[in-house]
Amino acid sequence: MSTTHPGNTLDALPAPEDRPGPEDRPAPDALPEQQRIRLGGVTREEVLTLAGAAGGSLGLDWLLYERILPFSGAFGFLLCWYLLFLALYAVAGRLQWDALTVRERLATALAWSSGLLVLAVIGDQIGYVLYRGLDAARHLNFFTESMRSTAALDPITSGGCLHAVVGSLEQLGMATLFSVPLGILTAVFLVESGSTRRGARLVKPVRVLVEAMTALPSIVAGLFVLGVVILTLGVEKSGFAASLALTVMMMPIVTRAAEVVVRLVPGTLKEASYALGASQWRTVWHVVLPTARPGLTTAVVLGMARGVGETSPVLLTAGFTTRLNLDAFHDNQASLPLFIWNYVKQPYPDMVARAFAGGLTLMAVVLILFVTARVLGRHRTPSERRTRRPLRATAATAATASAANKAAQVAN
Amino acid sequence: MTETAQPPYPAAEFGDGTTDPPTIPLPPVPADGAPGGPSDGPSGGPSDGSSHGPSHGPSNGLSGLETRDLTAWFGQRKVLERVSLQMRAGEITALIGPSGCGKSTYLRILNRMHEMVRGAALAGEVLLDGEDVYATGRRPAEVRRRIGMVFQRPNPFPAMSLYDNVISGLKLAGIKASRDERDHLVESSLRQAGLWDEVSNRLGTPGGALSGGQQQRLCIARSLAVSPEILLMDEPCSALDPTSTRRIEETIAELRHRLTIVIVTHNMQQAQRVSQSCAFFLASHDTPGRIVEAGPTERLFTSPADPRTADYVNGRFG
Ligand SMILES: Nc1ncnc2c1ncn2[C@@H]1O[C@H](COP(=O)(O)OP(=O)(O)OP(=O)(O)O)[C@@H](O)[C@H]1O
Ligand SMILES: [Mg+2]
Repeated sequence: MSTTHPGNTLDALPAPEDRPGPEDRPAPDALPEQQRIRLGGVTREEVLTLAGAAGGSLGLDWLLYERILPFSGAFGFLLCWYLLFLALYAVAGRLQWDALTVRERLATALAWSSGLLVLAVIGDQIGYVLYRGLDAARHLNFFTESMRSTAALDPITSGGCLHAVVGSLEQLGMATLFSVPLGILTAVFLVESGSTRRGARLVKPVRVLVEAMTALPSIVAGLFVLGVVILTLGVEKSGFAASLALTVMMMPIVTRAAEVVVRLVPGTLKEASYALGASQWRTVWHVVLPTARPGLTTAVVLGMARGVGETSPVLLTAGFTTRLNLDAFHDNQASLPLFIWNYVKQPYPDMVARAFAGGLTLMAVVLILFVTARVLGRHRTPSERRTRRPLRATAATAATASAANKAAQVAN
Repeated sequence: MTETAQPPYPAAEFGDGTTDPPTIPLPPVPADGAPGGPSDGPSGGPSDGSSHGPSHGPSNGLSGLETRDLTAWFGQRKVLERVSLQMRAGEITALIGPSGCGKSTYLRILNRMHEMVRGAALAGEVLLDGEDVYATGRRPAEVRRRIGMVFQRPNPFPAMSLYDNVISGLKLAGIKASRDERDHLVESSLRQAGLWDEVSNRLGTPGGALSGGQQQRLCIARSLAVSPEILLMDEPCSALDPTSTRRIEETIAELRHRLTIVIVTHNMQQAQRVSQSCAFFLASHDTPGRIVEAGPTERLFTSPADPRTADYVNGRFG
């Protein structure tokens, strides 16, 4: 920097960080930038070995598959390639490194490749749905119209999934409204009531039940609501009935995820709360739940993710319609999974494209829900409004307040 | 001294049970009169300052605390036996003794935190202003509000701002207060705890965003905000550096005129600096904790009656 020359008196007010240091000691930035030691990282020989093994195995695999062995098929080809790659990598590695290093590197390669595999599968799914669904999702009408006046062979520029989006959101919203308080309360019960002898006796069966419910096949949840609520209690097939079925699916997931985070709240915080004269439930409400809030959000998100994609409970309880039905309590109501299920089995390419576009929409809805929940679940940022206390005025009043306090104590 | 150990207090009779923290049924007390052997003089009734009758009368508007024949169990294990001690109003009482002798247990019995441990039991009396804290029908929450507690590790509520931390006692006890009252309470509590100047311009930041010593003073402010009559402190400085320790000791000394303080400490100099009375607890591997000697701090440190006290305060064991 040029401003660090000593004796630069013309600069009336140099910025503090640019002010020249004492004459005898060089300013810090006069010294050359220090070379940082390379920590970890990969060397060129590692990368080349990896690339060589990958390339070599690909060639070998091609030779085997296309020229020698009587096999064919992409899956076998990829699997073979992977196995050959591991073998080649191990051999090439053994030529330069000792056995321990080779094992270490192989383990790293395995871990990385399984991670990449998961990414690839997800990418493939999204990409495929995108590819198939873009035909329909390209047209704005897909998001603004229902399928009410669209016949089987109508062009792709008519009809859409608006009714299904509305149905999905209403059903999921209601199911969340039912299952989240229920699930969190159950979690609190499981954690807090275990400390008394009476509670401990009830906690165990409840936990077993909740665990069993997580494994409940979703079609059974649908049958349960169909049998009890629709056929016995006489509620009509509607979004409301569907949301009840979704609640049955979501509640155990929310409960189990919430129980874990509620249990993680440090006991010292609860003790602090009790020592201030709080009751158990005030402690839960004011200390335990706020402290566990980020984790609780995850629990809610997990539950919603489970609920939004459920097809079979909705199929039995909501009916299906092509019209937009805003009223969740009366008449059939479509939802996105039902929309997909209904159109993907039709023999018309445009209908199948609409189904894939519906899948795309469903993924977008899930993404939006996730992001919203994450944002809501963060600890509130420091509320700055509280920092502007009336500081000057209160010095005197504080004295009077403590005096009054003392007076009150003397009085009683 | 009284001869009968009190019967155990059945937990089912505390309050209505729905709003209180869980209370644990206390197991039956072994037949009394068990302490036969080692109860030679200093264990039960000290022959010094703490034995001059039921003089728990608040002389200066402050409340005193007294225990009589307090015995405590964890499951079948007896950890305290017939501890009688008077903590006089407006004084700072220090509890000293080697690790594991039951000081924390004793302190937690005083404000009914002991019964929150599963399998915990006790016998004896704890008198706050002459009234038994464990009397039938007395709500633990009410006792805890009158007898505040500061823990060894600072434990501010991380999900609350500094401001909310200080007034958390109001919220947790369900006390309504207007905005102005709360503002004043926050300022006066923080001033009493000696923290106001350091945090007054950032009351909105979360409770965890302070240094350890500041967090501990925040916890003190939090306890003071519900205006307790007694403040129990369990090694409040053990996690802190000398400077923070000094600040907290100053705070304690200033608080002395407003409330009665009981402090557990492993630091002999600290006990000498801050306390007026002192009690020395001791337990050996097979006997439960007892008070070996109690009395004015100065006497305990300069001319202790019991050789074990002399050894301990001079750092020869423990
Ligand atoms: N929750 C508990 N369950 C069972 N035993 C316990 C429990 N808490 C403490 N104890 C036992 O009770 C005895 C007294 O413990 P306490 O915590 O009161 O000691 P202390 O004097 O505070 O020690 P320190 O100075 O190390 O804090 C110890 O022997 C301890 O093992
Ligand atoms: Mg302790």
